[in-house]
Amino acid sequence: MILLLAFGVLPILIALPVSATDMNLAGLADWSRIDFVGLENYRELFADRAFWQALTNTGIFALLGVPTVIVVSFVVALLLHRSENRFFRTLRAFYFAPAVTAIVAVSLVWGYLLNTQFGLVNHLLSTVGLPPAQWLSDPVLVKLSVALVAVWRGTGLNIIIFLAALKGIPREYLEAAELDGASGLRKIVSIVIPLLRFAFFFVAVTTVIAWLQFFDEPFVLTKGGPLGESTSVSLFLYQEGFSASRFGYASAGTLVLFLIIAGVTLLQLRARRSDADR
Amino acid sequence: MRIASPAIVGGVLGAGALLTAFPFLWMIFGSVKPRSESVEYPPRLLPQAPTLENFTQLFGQLDFGRYLVNTIAVVLISMAGVVFMAMAGYGFAKFRFRGRGFLFFLVLATMMIPVQVTMIPTYLLLNGLKLTNTLVGIAIPGLVSGFGVFLLRQFMSAVPTEMVEAARIDGAGEARIFWSVVLPLARPILAVQIVLTFIGAWNSFLWPLIIAGDDRLYTLSVAVSLLNRQIATSPSLQMAGSTLMVVPVLIVFVVFQRHIVRGFTLSGLK
Repeated sequence: MILLLAFGVLPILIALPVSATDMNLAGLADWSRIDFVGLENYRELFADRAFWQALTNTGIFALLGVPTVIVVSFVVALLLHRSENRFFRTLRAFYFAPAVTAIVAVSLVWGYLLNTQFGLVNHLLSTVGLPPAQWLSDPVLVKLSVALVAVWRGTGLNIIIFLAALKGIPREYLEAAELDGASGLRKIVSIVIPLLRFAFFFVAVTTVIAWLQFFDEPFVLTKGGPLGESTSVSLFLYQEGFSASRFGYASAGTLVLFLIIAGVTLLQLRARRSDADR
Repeated sequence: MRIASPAIVGGVLGAGALLTAFPFLWMIFGSVKPRSESVEYPPRLLPQAPTLENFTQLFGQLDFGRYLVNTIAVVLISMAGVVFMAMAGYGFAKFRFRGRGFLFFLVLATMMIPVQVTMIPTYLLLNGLKLTNTLVGIAIPGLVSGFGVFLLRQFMSAVPTEMVEAARIDGAGEARIFWSVVLPLARPILAVQIVLTFIGAWNSFLWPLIIAGDDRLYTLSVAVSLLNRQIATSPSLQMAGSTLMVVPVLIVFVVFQRHIVRGFTLSGLK
């Protein structure tokens, strides 16, 4: 409990004062070298083009990733739910597997698959007569590649959640609808989706948060390159904070990110409430 | 839900599963290819001359044995966190005390805060405690999670209060009750937590990278990521490192899959 407070709540309280200083590596060793700079960090942050680029990229990633992850996980969960036999249970493991594997290993494997010189993906493209693509160095493609890997990794957990929720739907509802002559699609739209409203809500909130903090994939696949084209906000903060050791500056950005995430989450909660009132 | 026949659904799912699992296959085949073959164009799926030289190089020249030991140490330290979380969960579930609601809200709040937000302050905190560049420092930020406490509390609420009280009347001390009554009853959820903790600690990358300045403290994940930066990159060597990281987790996952799925069901996310 104390640990959780120490590493969960306390850091935010620390970030607040630090964000108003010019703390850096020298300041870490000798506290007297830290100067109070007030809102200077924030002013610089909002004038920093790299920060805006990272913010835009994060928005693009979230717009690409969130709907894809939700739709893919739901459809796969629906299909997996059709049967309980051994074959389907084995298949489940395949879909979950990417979710539990280490990001470092995952990125190396994908980096190898997407390699421009000897990667498999480009080879497959060439066999169907398409030109090779610069998966990780083209400013537009790199966003797609990074998001693709994240989608691949992100669906497993959500499939588990949807499956657990699907199991909770009483069979009688579906049988009653069948007696009334509802088609398969109709049942999904009118019964399954409304009943899974909470699961959808939960998945949506966690997925949005996850994509706003998007970090691992660009960090290990591209280091945010080329020229910051795949840098997310989290990655930007990491680079400023730990590579450039500008703790104060990065803390300011950290709080901005926190406010964005808190804001978006609150919006979703509000939307959910008005939805429930209806 | 009759949209299509089960055979078609099975076929579609099977194809999707293969596609999902393909990168892993590619990785494992890649790890036994000699370097020359791994950069060959056009690439071939099956290795022509399978070899274990990549693994011997990892353990021989690159000191992966040490990194493996470090990783296992971090995993073991993290296991202590499961006990702490169990205690916290028990406390929240079975004791009424002032501020319980507020404290539990704080626990849930930590689940919503992104890691990167707390990254720098946590680093400063660890630095203040002189824990940077130690294995304990690597393990500590992941020791307890809000999600784990939440899961355990949900489960322990279902433990009959009568049993706890019966033990108390029989004269058992609080510690004794916790160890001999509550923990055995909570075994299913503890299994879930242990598996999740193992996976989390084994895979953790960012903290080891930040905290471990000294290469003797690197964990597997950091070491594998560095394979990417060496000048003469060898894809097959990278694949061997990745295989080393991924296969143990996959084995644990497949063996305990049912527990993990049940854990999510138990948490009441419906």
